This record gives sequence, C-alpha cells and structure tokens, in this order.
Amino acid sequence: MEQTNMKASKGMNIHLRRIISYVVLILITIMCLVWFYILFINSTRSHAELNRGFTVVPSTYLLTNLQNVLHGTLPILTGLRNSIIVSVISAVLCTYFSTMTAYAIHVYDFKGKRIAYTFILAVMMIPTQVTALGFIKLVGNIGLDDHLGALFLPSIAVPVTFFYMKQYMESTLPLSLIEAARIDGANEFYTFNRVCLPLMKPAVAVQAIFTFVSSWNNYFIPALVLHSDEKKTLPILIAQLRGADFLKFDMGQVYVTIAFSIFPVIVVYLLLSKYIVGGVTAGGVKG
Amino acid sequence: MSNSKNNAVIKYNRWGYIFLIPFATAYIIFQMIPLITTIYNSFFENYRDGLTIIGPNFIGLENYKTLLESGKLLTYAKNTLIMWVMGFVPQIVFSLLLAAWFSDPALRLKGQRFFKTVIYLPNLIMASAFSMLFFTLFSNVGPINSILVGTGILKESYQFFNHVWSTRALIAFMNFVMWFGNTTILLLAGMLGIDTSLYEAAEVDGANATQIFYRITLPLLKPILLYVMITSLIGGLQMFDVPQILTSGSGDPVGSSMTLIMYLNMHLYSKNYGLGGALSVLLFIITGILSLIIFKAMGYEKGVKK
Repeated sequence: MEQTNMKASKGMNIHLRRIISYVVLILITIMCLVWFYILFINSTRSHAELNRGFTVVPSTYLLTNLQNVLHGTLPILTGLRNSIIVSVISAVLCTYFSTMTAYAIHVYDFKGKRIAYTFILAVMMIPTQVTALGFIKLVGNIGLDDHLGALFLPSIAVPVTFFYMKQYMESTLPLSLIEAARIDGANEFYTFNRVCLPLMKPAVAVQAIFTFVSSWNNYFIPALVLHSDEKKTLPILIAQLRGADFLKFDMGQVYVTIAFSIFPVIVVYLLLSKYIVGGVTAGGVKG
Repeated sequence: MSNSKNNAVIKYNRWGYIFLIPFATAYIIFQMIPLITTIYNSFFENYRDGLTIIGPNFIGLENYKTLLESGKLLTYAKNTLIMWVMGFVPQIVFSLLLAAWFSDPALRLKGQRFFKTVIYLPNLIMASAFSMLFFTLFSNVGPINSILVGTGILKESYQFFNHVWSTRALIAFMNFVMWFGNTTILLLAGMLGIDTSLYEAAEVDGANATQIFYRITLPLLKPILLYVMITSLIGGLQMFDVPQILTSGSGDPVGSSMTLIMYLNMHLYSKNYGLGGALSVLLFIITGILSLIIFKAMGYEKGVKK
C-alpha cells in the first residue's frame, strides 16, 4: 500500500516536473527570439506606421526601407563587402594555420616543443584589448592603418583555435597514417595538405564558422583601425547610426540596417546549427 | 641502419619548426610586440592637448599613480563588476537548471536539439547591432514603451536610459541573453560526462532529484563551474560593445555604465597613450592571474607533459 503510494507520488512528481520544464523552456525560447521577431516586424513598417505604436503583424514597406537604406548616406553595401572580405579571409587563414601549428606540435618531436605548447596555452585567455594600444601603433608603423589587412592578418595566430585543433587531432589523426604517407614518398608539406587536412574537415568547418562570426561581429579593434568610409565594416556603421541623433532618421531604415547586420548570421547559423552547437564544447572543456 | 633511421627522424622533426613559423611570426608581430610597446608606453607621458602633442617623456610609474588616484578607475571597475554580477547570477542559475533538465534521463525532454539551437543563437548575434536594437526598442518612443503605455501598465513612457539601474539592468540582461546558452552547453557536456552509475546508486539509496543535484552533480561539476566562472569574469572585464553602443560611448547616466574597456577606448581614441598604456597593463595583469587559475584548474600543464 505504502509502496504504491510512493510510486504514484513519484510518477506525479516527474509528470509535474516535465510540465514545468517545458513551460520554462518555452518562456526562455520566447525571451531569446522575441527581439528578432520585433526587429523583423519593424523592418517591414514605414516611419509613420512605427510612430503609431507597435503591432504584431508585418506591413509592406520592407523593400521600400531596404531601397532607402541602400541609397542613403551610410555606405552599407561597402560595409557589407568589407565585412565579408575580412571575415572570410580571417576564417581561412585562422583555420589553415591553426591546423598547421597543431600539426607541428602533434606530429613532430623537436627541442622546445613543450615550451612552445605550454606558452600557447598560457596566453590563450589573454584578451586582445590589453594589447590594443601597441597594436594600433604597430599598424601605423607598418602602413596597415585604415587597411583591412590589419584585421585579418593577426588571425594566423589564434591560440584558442590552435588548442581546439590540437584536441581534435589527438582523437582523429593516427601517427601511423603519416608514417605510411612518408613511406609512399610524400613530402611533409604534401602529407599535411593531403592527408591531415581532409581528416580535419569537421574541426575546420566548426572553427571556420566561429572565426567568421567573431570577426563579422568584431567592433573594438576595427573601430580603432579603420577610418575612411571605403574601409568601414558593418559594426562601425551601426555605431555611427547610434552616434547620429537617431530620432531624425527614418526608423524603418534604422531597423532594416540592424536586420541587415543580424539576419545573415542567423541564416548561416540555422543551416549549420548542428555542427556549431556540437562544436562549442569540444575545444574548451575536457572532462 | 638505425643510425640512418635516426637521421631520417631528425630530418622529419626539423619540419616541426618549419610548420611553426607562420604562427610564431604572426604571434610575435601582432601580439608580442604590441604587448611590449603597450608596457613601454605606460612609463611615458604622452598625450594630446588640443593640437599639440605632449611627450613622450619618461615619467616612471607616474601614469599608474594618476590612474589609481583619480578614482575613475575604481568607479569604472565597480561598474563593470556590478553589471557582470547582474548578468552572471541569472546566467549560471538558468544554465544549471537547463543543463540538469537536458541531462536528466528520467525527464526525457523532447525537442532538445531545437531548444539548444535557440538558446545558443543570441551568442552569435553582432553585439553592436543587438545593442542598437535594444536602444531603439527601449527608447522613449520605442515599441516597448508603446506596449507598456498601450496596455495601461505605465501611465507615461519610462526613460530607460536616463536611470542608472534600468540602464545597467538592460546591459546585464543583454549579456545574460547572449551568454547563458553557451554556458548551458558547457555545463551540459560536463553533466553528461558524469558516470551514470553514481546516479543509479543514489536513486537506489532513495535520493530525490534535488538531493542528487546538490550531492552528486554539483560537486562533480566543480572544475567546469570554475572554468565557466573565470572565463565569464575575463569576458566580463572585456565588456565593451553593448554598453558602448547602448550609451553611445558616454557611459551615461553619469558614467554609471562606463566599463573599463570603454575607458581604455576613450584613451586610445584620444591618443592618450600614457594612461591608456598603464590601464592596459593593469588589465593584462588581472586577466593574466585569472587565466593562470584556469590553466592550473584545468590541468593543462599535465596535458602538455603527456
């Protein structure tokens, strides 16, 4: 009798707990998405409609707003182009050279290897902001001021990506495979490009996305390095939009400009979320 | 024979250095030299007064003294920490809760992939665009005020950005929304790594879900919790994009949402390199100590030896 009672209460308990979890999860989902929904709705409405207050249904001004933004004062298309250039080149350089560095540490045995590895791990967490002053001075001295190269060249050396690649390599790249390639007469460079890189594809994909997104979103360093309208990336244009007295603006255009910077990343993310969410953990925490 | 093989191995191992060249070169140029110049600059008087450039003149530790005595540094450090705590507390609470639910086999939650995708989404959003969005949504004539007034909750629109705590709360809230998904996924990985036989044993002993969480899950999660907390603190010290855009760099109202990096940015922008250098060095030391804690706690040096 007592036992059945206990079982029943435990069953109720789990049922109730499940309902609570779903309710909380749905509320959290709303908390995460509602902003983007409002952004979408407001992008489709005209300035006059926006001034009349908020509604939940979209209007028909999306294309008009977009047209106005493209012909407006903010160089949004150049910004888009610059952002794409910086992010794509960063992603390529970062993943290729991080994999190469991880390969050097993983495959070869040389003097100073342990020191090099320890050093890279030790500096992994140091934020770029604390060296920004020296970086700006350096960029000025080597003629990269107001040049996109100043933003993508440093991504050749990103300790966090290196660490991720090294971790991944430990589980997927057997040294015997490299031995075999050597016996077949492949040189070391060929082995890296043709044997190691294809095996690392999943890790490269994950890190390419992360690097792309973080340089797409990067604001601090670009704002200090880029000055001319020709070179500015999207985050700087957003800041400029904020700096201008925005009430004078057509609010429909403001929303479309924000949407323009946010939605490409959302689309890419939704297409690739399977890999991204799985990739978050693999690098940082191990057991 | 063995000698020639040895030679071959040594010949191969030379490639280790060759493959390290790009990383080493880029690291030295773009991070090491800037770090040294930053430290070097912190010992010089070097700023602009209108159109004239003062310095650089060597003044020893004078910049550090000015920085520490002005009181601004402490205020901005306090602002940064307050907003970090306001964002971190709900973040860790929700992340623990969600990770516990996701990993609970008895709960069998459906749609986990969907929920994980959704909660991680804000992490990838451009912080500056997200802040601009919040600025327009919460402005005096924005949709949030129009909803609050329209439904009769408020009589007149609330000026979110003219009040200290509403501005701070919005910044903290945005940081919370942007980072709790990431933390949840890290904690979830940690929880899934816990040996399930421990849970089974506890259940046999009659422990309920709450007891299992506090007595088994939490203690075993300690290293990951430490990792999450310190990385979040390092991230918190770097807080910049959100308050910078939200307040247009002013840190208003009355400097109450000005963070350390916004302060650094002000110095860099006005080419006040002496004080900027000193501030950078202080931040470097703090983050250096914090990352040393992670380095030890995660046992990275053991991984190196292996």
